[in-house]
Amino acid sequence: MSILESKIPEGPLAEKWNKHKASIKVVSPANKRKLEVIVIGTGLGGASAAASLAELGYKVKSFCYQDSPRRAHSIAAQGGINAAKNYQNDNDSVFRLFHDTIKGGDYRSREANVYRLAEVSPNIIDQCVAQGVPFGREYGGLLANRSFGGVLVSRTFYARGQTGQQLLIGAYQALNRQISKGNVEMYNRHEMLDVVKIDGKARGIVARDLITGEIKRFGAHAVVVASGGYGNVFFLSTMAMGSNGSAAWQCYKKGAFMANPSFVQIHPTCIPVHGDQQSKLTLMSESLRNDGRVWVPKKSEDAKKLQSGEIGANDISEEDRDYYLERRYPSYGNLVPRDVASRAAKERCDEGYGVNSEGKAVFLDFRDAIERLGKNVIEARYGNLFQMYEKITDVDPYKQPMMIYPAIHYSMGGTWVDYNLMSTIPGLYSIGEANFSDHGGNRLGASALMQGLADGYFILPYTIGDYLADEIMTPKTDVSAPEFEEVEKEVIGRLEKLYNIKGTKTVDYFHKKLGQVMWDHAGMSRNAEGLTKAISMIQEIRKDFWKDVKVTGEMDNLNPELEKASRLADFLDIGELMVRDALNRNESCGGHFREESVTEDGEAKRDDKNFANASCWEFKGETEEPVLHIEDLVFENVKLTQRSYK
Amino acid sequence: MSNFLLASIGRKFLMSITGLFLLMFIGVHLAINLLLIFDDSGELFNVGAHFMASNPAIKIMEPLLGLGFLIHILWSFVLEYQNWKARPVKYNKKDRGGSSTWASRNMLILGALILVFLVIHIINFFWVIKFNPHSMQTVTIGGTVMEDAYTLVADLFKASIVYDIFYVFGGVLLGIHLTHGFWSAFQTLGLNNKNWMKRLQFLAMVYAVIVAVGFSVIPLYFLIKF
Amino acid sequence: MADKILKKLNIKVWRQNRASEKGKFETYKIENVSTGSSFLEMMDILNNDLIEKGIDPIAYDHDCREGICGICSLYINGRPHGPDTEVTTCQLHMRKFKEGETIVIEPWRAAAFPVIKDLVVDRIAFEKILQAGGFVSVNTGGVPEANSIPVAYDDAEESMDAASCIGCGACVAACKNSSAMLFVSAKISHLAKLPQGKIEAKQRARNMVAKMDELGFGGCTNTGACEVECPKSISITNIARLNREYLVARISE
Repeated sequence: MSILESKIPEGPLAEKWNKHKASIKVVSPANKRKLEVIVIGTGLGGASAAASLAELGYKVKSFCYQDSPRRAHSIAAQGGINAAKNYQNDNDSVFRLFHDTIKGGDYRSREANVYRLAEVSPNIIDQCVAQGVPFGREYGGLLANRSFGGVLVSRTFYARGQTGQQLLIGAYQALNRQISKGNVEMYNRHEMLDVVKIDGKARGIVARDLITGEIKRFGAHAVVVASGGYGNVFFLSTMAMGSNGSAAWQCYKKGAFMANPSFVQIHPTCIPVHGDQQSKLTLMSESLRNDGRVWVPKKSEDAKKLQSGEIGANDISEEDRDYYLERRYPSYGNLVPRDVASRAAKERCDEGYGVNSEGKAVFLDFRDAIERLGKNVIEARYGNLFQMYEKITDVDPYKQPMMIYPAIHYSMGGTWVDYNLMSTIPGLYSIGEANFSDHGGNRLGASALMQGLADGYFILPYTIGDYLADEIMTPKTDVSAPEFEEVEKEVIGRLEKLYNIKGTKTVDYFHKKLGQVMWDHAGMSRNAEGLTKAISMIQEIRKDFWKDVKVTGEMDNLNPELEKASRLADFLDIGELMVRDALNRNESCGGHFREESVTEDGEAKRDDKNFANASCWEFKGETEEPVLHIEDLVFENVKLTQRSYK
Repeated sequence: MSNFLLASIGRKFLMSITGLFLLMFIGVHLAINLLLIFDDSGELFNVGAHFMASNPAIKIMEPLLGLGFLIHILWSFVLEYQNWKARPVKYNKKDRGGSSTWASRNMLILGALILVFLVIHIINFFWVIKFNPHSMQTVTIGGTVMEDAYTLVADLFKASIVYDIFYVFGGVLLGIHLTHGFWSAFQTLGLNNKNWMKRLQFLAMVYAVIVAVGFSVIPLYFLIKF
Repeated sequence: MADKILKKLNIKVWRQNRASEKGKFETYKIENVSTGSSFLEMMDILNNDLIEKGIDPIAYDHDCREGICGICSLYINGRPHGPDTEVTTCQLHMRKFKEGETIVIEPWRAAAFPVIKDLVVDRIAFEKILQAGGFVSVNTGGVPEANSIPVAYDDAEESMDAASCIGCGACVAACKNSSAMLFVSAKISHLAKLPQGKIEAKQRARNMVAKMDELGFGGCTNTGACEVECPKSISITNIARLNREYLVARISE
């Protein structure tokens, strides 16, 4: 497929990035001052990119929909960040981190990208320490590490249970420094609504000032999308309420391919849904599975009594408990990867063994750990998580087991990018969770933070120069150009259309409906019949939405309903593409589980012959079906094996 | 340095320094006053009072003390006004009882009440001793002629239960003011950390109780004994 | 443990269409709220009711809904983030309220935090304070190896305690003087406790305090309300450290 040029450098894996850096173009300091870059989003990827580009001398315009860059949802990441520092002398290495990530991703990511990620990971830690990120330390003053699921070494750096927060604050500080120097123009409470192409290249955006409602044009020489994932398609997820896929989706509609959109991660340890008033799901760190044991009752009558509230967890005797992860996966037990743990929980609940009133929860029990280690140790390890759990559920997890259930968490899929992180639109880059490149079918714990910062600090600042070096003669983008005029008109038209429907149902009504369809048919377990049905169901909801949604408030004022409606309009489209992609990928891999593709004992079965690739979708028009392009993944340094955690 | 005192922390610095200065003064004042109840002849107190009035060091301190009072009082009004301006629209419903002490929120009110007390107190004693010595009786102790301050105090407290209550009230108000003011002064100067926080707050309480009880005991002593 | 249903609640809430317009309180009734719902889920239900009635829903800031982004900012029944400790508004749950209760919701009130709409306030002042010096001046790349600068365990912990600040502004909202000292001191402490941050400590203290003063926050009178209402329990001993850092910075000027 010549249309998808991944631009992976030739040569041995370990030398690709260095060789590539040596061969790409560099922009002179004098010219950097003349070049403008727009960065959408201020999470780990966006903030680190904006700050680093500004430090280099580029003029940066940075956008976030929140009131401050610090609110970006990277802040909610709890556990940690991986880096191949080998501080623990446990034989960790760049290659081992690379290998774990590729394998954890079920062999659906690019070798070269993942290797580069592992290669720059140690620099990230150096950078963050220099910025003043208060990582956990040993008494000798050196950095501490913890272990994370799915790997055999201890390479995760952490700042208590708030690693994402601290890393983001580090990047935010760097960003603030550049704002104060005038190198970054910060646009808070601005939402990008479309990208503008001039002569086929990304040259600006159209954004809405969320306070005044004003539609504004911003020009640049390149646009970087760091807008995160689209998990909110499911309505209920661990994403922030405002997290959305609109920036990426508008890029898609302008010609940037979406790759593997069906790959979303379902995190096994979230606080279960409490009823129909639920608005979002809260994650409990994966690290809890180090000491907690997952179980449901053996007898279905016990489960029924639990569901009706007649008995509590502690009323069930030891021999009547089914530690199903330990039973099914004796070698990994409670520490199986996220996708496996999630599916196993769903399987038990579907069989009627769920333990809360909805029948959709399993226990995560610390009783044995508390007996073995003492309450103090457990408190020191997980105190803040236990406290959070108690605040939300009013249950003391020191006395009663936690209830958990899987929830949508992370989008591995996203905008297709080449080795330079550039999409199929020249000058349009996508970094962090917004792109598709590094995690394949399943992301390992503590790797999202690593990718966001790797892209923003150490990869994009190099690779964007290769493109911008050819743009030094391009004058400042004229935002009065007809291309801007046209996109602005489109954007205003779209918003006005939504606003003027004046239907009868709220945005949330449609969002919940979409979420239900996605969860039921494109969630933890998928099959052709359900997926096919889902497409028409989503189309139905979309039709209804555009006829009957009710958006109140004013166009020229802060209007959260209008924002939500505009995002949902895109989610409806994204959802359909996800379903199409899931339908197309007739194999089980990572978070994508097709019931048609299982081993004899019901485990996920990959089909490397037909699907060792990235499926990349091209937009062809509102009424046309998208066109699929395939990027074959070449594995020269790892051997593809079926994952087994038995 | 001048604009240092205009910065928010500088302004507080001034309150804190003057506050600590006044705290020391109050300690000395109380120590001398307590002589009132340990010698009913009044000799001890008169000697103490005379020493304070004639000591050159104290003479130098006297205007400084006046200045300290003045700054502490005037500045408190300025600061309170500035702080009040920082919230032009007030809350409709407030529930602050659980998050801070009443004293800490009402230092100005306490201070203003203490000011009222102070004015009357000065008229009662300081003014008489200092500027109206002709109305004062004198005594001769150890060959030195000095004002009979003891009689002045004792007469007032013996004569009027209203004054007794007023002075008890003043002592208690001052004590409450100091429960917050004492440790707050150290905090503002940066002389606090997580270990010292509890200690300072404990010391503040001890000092406040000593001041409140100490000053209250004197009028009560005269009231009950005579 | 089991969730109950609050059959009826009255919500008395500040409505203000724009910064430039006058606002007033409105009281709405809401029915059948589960005690297991979060406060913001209650707000969602109320808003959906309002939309169905054709009333503009109440604007309020919210995003992560797990107590870490710091955007939610409601002053509920006289307290920032409402009647619970160590929580943000999004972590507050309806089990803290009683059947039939009238819940009063106001925006953060401070001259430095003007209302944008309803319960949404503008906290750009916090951004400006941090931009004035809340960083370590290092560029990407060219930094020393991470373990070449050891940091004592206790210092790292204390730094982390201060760095937990989520920038929500509850300290300003709680303070009777609308002082931002806890917020500023958290950043000062976070960086002052680390060798990386010490190098520009003086300049940082001077610049951040100057910016804070310029933006119309009140002064600190050590009432300690900020610490109690802080969702992350940031200690006011950080304010003592800020005072110390600032005094030293000014004296050595």
